[in-house]
Amino acid sequence: MSTRLAGQGKLINRTKALDFTFNGKQLRGYEGDTLASALLANDQMLVGRSFKYHRPRGVVASGAEEPNGLVNMGQGATFEPNQRITTTPLFAGLKATSQNHWPSLEFDVGAINKHLSRFLPAGFYYKMFMHPRPFWKHVYEPFIRQSAGLGKAPKDRDADTYEHFNIHVDVLVVGGGIAGLAAAVAAGERGARVLLLEQTAHLGGRAVVDGPEIDGKPADDWIKSAVEALENMPNVELRLRAMGAGVYDHGYALAYERLTDHAPEMDGPRHRLWRIRAKQIVTATGAIERPLSFAGNDIPGVLLAAAVRDYAVNFGVSIGDRTVVVTNNDDAYRTALTLKNAGLDVPAIIDARPDPEGPLIDDARGLGIRVEAGKGIAKVKGGKRVTGVAICAQAGEGAVLEEIACDCVAMSGGWSPVVHLWSHCGGKLMWDADQAMFRPDPERPPTGAQGEANVITAGTANGHLFTAEAVGDGWAAGRAAAKVAGHAKRGGQAPLGADAEEGPIAPVWLMPQGASQALRSKSWLDFQNDVKVSDVQLAAQEGFESVEHAKRYTTLGMATDQGKLSNINGLAILSKSLDADIPDVGTTTFRPPYTPISLGAIAGDARGPLFQPVRQTPMSEWHNDNGADNEPVGQWRRPYAYIRDGETVHDAVNREVKNTRENLGLLDASTLGKLIVKGPDAGKFLDMMYTNMMSTLPVGKCRYGLMCSENGFLIDDGVVVRMAEDTWLCHTTTGGAESIHAHMEDWLQCEWWDWKVYVANVTEQYAQIAVVGPNARKVLQKLGGMDVSAEALPFMQWADGKIGEFDARVFRISFSGELSYEIAVPAAQGRAFWDALMAAGEEFGIMPYGTECLHILRAEKGFIMIGDETDGTVIPQDLNLGWALSKKKEDYLGKRAHTRSHMADPNRWKLVGLETLDGSVLPDGAYAIADGTNENGQRNTQGRVTSTYYSANLGRGIAMGLVHNGPERMGDVISFNKVDGGTVETKIVDPVFYDKEGEKQNV
Amino acid sequence: MLTLHCPCCGVDADETDLHAGGEAHLKRHGPGSSDEQFEEYLFMRENPKGVHFERWRHAYGCGKWFLAARCTSTLEVFGTYPAQTLEPPQDIKDAISAKRPGWVWREFS
Amino acid sequence: MSNAVSALQARVAPGEVTIREGGLRGMIILRGDLASKKLRNLCKTVTGVAVPAQGQADVTGDEGLCWMSPDELLVLVPYAEVGEALAAIDKALDGEHYLAENVSDARALIHVEGAFAREVMAKLAPVDLHPDSFNPGDFRRTRLAQAAAAFWMRDEDTFEVICFRSVAEYVFGLLAQSAKEGPVGYFAKT
Repeated sequence: MSTRLAGQGKLINRTKALDFTFNGKQLRGYEGDTLASALLANDQMLVGRSFKYHRPRGVVASGAEEPNGLVNMGQGATFEPNQRITTTPLFAGLKATSQNHWPSLEFDVGAINKHLSRFLPAGFYYKMFMHPRPFWKHVYEPFIRQSAGLGKAPKDRDADTYEHFNIHVDVLVVGGGIAGLAAAVAAGERGARVLLLEQTAHLGGRAVVDGPEIDGKPADDWIKSAVEALENMPNVELRLRAMGAGVYDHGYALAYERLTDHAPEMDGPRHRLWRIRAKQIVTATGAIERPLSFAGNDIPGVLLAAAVRDYAVNFGVSIGDRTVVVTNNDDAYRTALTLKNAGLDVPAIIDARPDPEGPLIDDARGLGIRVEAGKGIAKVKGGKRVTGVAICAQAGEGAVLEEIACDCVAMSGGWSPVVHLWSHCGGKLMWDADQAMFRPDPERPPTGAQGEANVITAGTANGHLFTAEAVGDGWAAGRAAAKVAGHAKRGGQAPLGADAEEGPIAPVWLMPQGASQALRSKSWLDFQNDVKVSDVQLAAQEGFESVEHAKRYTTLGMATDQGKLSNINGLAILSKSLDADIPDVGTTTFRPPYTPISLGAIAGDARGPLFQPVRQTPMSEWHNDNGADNEPVGQWRRPYAYIRDGETVHDAVNREVKNTRENLGLLDASTLGKLIVKGPDAGKFLDMMYTNMMSTLPVGKCRYGLMCSENGFLIDDGVVVRMAEDTWLCHTTTGGAESIHAHMEDWLQCEWWDWKVYVANVTEQYAQIAVVGPNARKVLQKLGGMDVSAEALPFMQWADGKIGEFDARVFRISFSGELSYEIAVPAAQGRAFWDALMAAGEEFGIMPYGTECLHILRAEKGFIMIGDETDGTVIPQDLNLGWALSKKKEDYLGKRAHTRSHMADPNRWKLVGLETLDGSVLPDGAYAIADGTNENGQRNTQGRVTSTYYSANLGRGIAMGLVHNGPERMGDVISFNKVDGGTVETKIVDPVFYDKEGEKQNV
Repeated sequence: MLTLHCPCCGVDADETDLHAGGEAHLKRHGPGSSDEQFEEYLFMRENPKGVHFERWRHAYGCGKWFLAARCTSTLEVFGTYPAQTLEPPQDIKDAISAKRPGWVWREFS
Repeated sequence: MSNAVSALQARVAPGEVTIREGGLRGMIILRGDLASKKLRNLCKTVTGVAVPAQGQADVTGDEGLCWMSPDELLVLVPYAEVGEALAAIDKALDGEHYLAENVSDARALIHVEGAFAREVMAKLAPVDLHPDSFNPGDFRRTRLAQAAAAFWMRDEDTFEVICFRSVAEYVFGLLAQSAKEGPVGYFAKT
């Protein structure tokens, strides 16, 4: 059984016990425990089930590489699935439950899959679910949906908060082991601005466990003095529980800081995402131990050798009473020595190497530990827990020589440097055959904005597994990084480390070397996704030779640990199957983040009301207080209609339409873009921007203008106003304010930079209110001030003056066909002006109206709307707007394009009005069907609906659309598709449905 | 996440402050141009692996357009310069030649 | 003018770092030749300060100048004096190529005041706000999360932020939330 040892545990505080629950069971751990160490201290070895076969799964590792220990954490608003227990700090009141099993962890129905494993080979998803086709929808998909997914999705809104933080540093050091500390010291001493990140709560990394000597003192002392030195450097920032998550272009890096995961009662954000721009990045990210591939290596109780050591030294937890160590290198002997010195039994060290020698081996033998050289494990015995191992000759096929009873197996297949951050942004790897590992190739580093190498890797992450090399390498990396970042102050000396001498590793990718199919199909590579040696071999046999293909076919390395334990072993098996060298097979791509980070951290503040900017006009509050049903228009929210008690949206729209035609309507038009264009060349410039002539517009007058892109397509429209001899005001659509401003600046800065024109976007300076309807003049006259009579202010003219007490600019323009004034007042007075109009208009039947009413009023008049009648492929000629294309101008944007053959084609669909014979409202976007079919067998079409509404004024549906030869086919009846599959007979009519002579707007 | 130096306001701007504007040094063809010239102007774009010239606008900053000489493969930036020019300035061309001897891009080298 | 209100009507989110809407401020976009002697003299007359260098702002109280781009300044004056200032600009630059527009109502001004104001800003802006890099006198146009903004420091503990009026609610909300989340403890160390 696994249990807590007396008197050990460097990271735990035995004076502070913490109570927590796992699957409802009350358990107790200590401050400083991870959830994994606390569970193991309570003999809770079984922590989950594997994904495919629902095999029992125990803890394998002690850090971020753990593939099995994933649990649901918390409840309700703090519920979160898939939390890795080896990196989850224990806190009082923690509630965790295991996942991926039913009905219980101990008894799981899905485990039947393991007996079906013969039928669930590599690629079974692709093989099983292909045929027969109809089975997909009714059998396969429901089955996959039922069994897919790890953990449960949270149901409640996350109660925690998250934030981002932007910083720029000279040197970012990722990893707080001895190499990272040395790098930070070296860079800090030289004056660089340094950020050091450590993903755990402790500095020193593995040196804390293995205790080598550095600078002649014990590692713990050296770490302490290094940390003190760093804390005294004002230019160095040191962050614990902060993981370097990703490295991106030009030295951009993300760090994931977990602020309250270890103490949920603390105030402040739970996670912080650091958005770092670093001149240089040092990745001192350490190395991960590899499992060995032998039959039954997935049985709970089989752990990485270093993890067994970590649990004993750091947390005072023994995984078992009797531990068999199985290895191909010297380092695992440290586990045997540690356990033996802690008074635990180590019945044997199974060493695959025929002739291991060195001080560590001597020490083990000296303690009386039996060393079995040239041996391997044939299979592990046990079900939910290891009960023993059968040993065999490594060179053989697995004939059992002996069985040894044990309750823990500590395995070590060597070490793989953590190259993820090095690789994220293009750093290349090389194969180190002596150490059997991929390591960063310093000749092919990631590069930055100047083409300089901007990531330096250091320590064990750089393949230096020994203290002496690692700490010096870190120091040199820190010094070099500071220098590149422009800091070359003199600093101290490189630290000197010392270790026990170690013999060479012997690569072992399969144990025993000639393992039979039966053994290989029980030798796990990927514990979480249930990928075995036999699966990878099958994939290779079936032609999945690329490592990227084999990965996806077998799902090797696709689990939440992203193959931290399985990738190297898997590709070694693949290369062997392909009879290729490991470096020729290569690795899969390393992508950020290094380990999963919370969605909350990615979102930061962007949630709830801060999810995105919602733009408000000065009158938005009034609208919201008065029944506005808002619709998004870009980032604005505009009232669609103002709903009164007892009304549907439809009722409200109809009421607003009728009232505006019959009495008086008020529209908040503040969102329309307003651009000031000024300068001696402004007229010339606007003649290029608009299709019609703007330079000749007299001061005091307004003109409707069209804008095309250089492609000839309509991009915007609006009323242009001549303010002064050298100044125009261009109204744009709501969506066009920023884009047309940018469009104008583009042409002025990049094409006609010698033209003297300035543009300013004054959209938000004004609250603009359209006062519309037969009573429009009356309400303005009641408020008093400037003369707004037809004589003083005729249609399509404007004037500055006072309306009541307000400074106002009044435009006699109409987008409704009614008598209409658009009045701009300073935004700060917009609300007061609106209130004044509402009060004064009461006797004239004033009602505010929303965007839907606006649309209906304009459609009744046949006015086009950018985005409805246009979709980026429509030219003015299509909309019968040829009158707005100047014949006099030699050039304007779009003019050349309009002469292209397709643009001048007489067969282009053109704008018409549409009236259904039955009076119904056409579906938006519906197509008119034509005779015959196209080459794809689809019905031919001859037109489409661009705008369609119910007109309360006419009591019927009205629509506009683009129809082939439409304007020449007035009175023809064509059929439009309906949503329900039927068709509706529709007459082609003039697009002006209401007040065809335009008398109402010009009074 | 690119960082580009805005030559107009001196800021090293994050990509999130910038707006990409496609290929630089296009020659506008208007009315009177041939179909081939107009097609070239509107549609024909370089897509190099290596040296490239691009338009960027410091949209959230000073609002000015500028041009950037950049390697599309390594993302190395050879230099940025104001948009009011018909061709890359000599110092930019020299900077590219120093890093990518023999480079050619459209009519420039 | 008595009925003129700022976007958030001087809303305050008090705390260790207080977020305060600054009420109405006179703001004029002035585009022109910043090297022109006429323009430089005029700016000095209107605001009392000299045209700042690239990337700088010089603001005291309600008055000052911010360098917006190579051909644009933001002229700050008391709200009530905008008309007067515009008239002075138009008079002084008559005959020159320039543009001066009142944008006082198009903007909101928000103060960020308190010990870790730098960190509140650094949570939202992709800018190096380290004291080695950004200090009173510096001016930056960038974004706060998803909205365009400009800011400068009035003193070591105070930022003044300008954003569009339509997003004042959003920007104020962001700043208040960032302040509420507390210090990061990063700039404090230096």
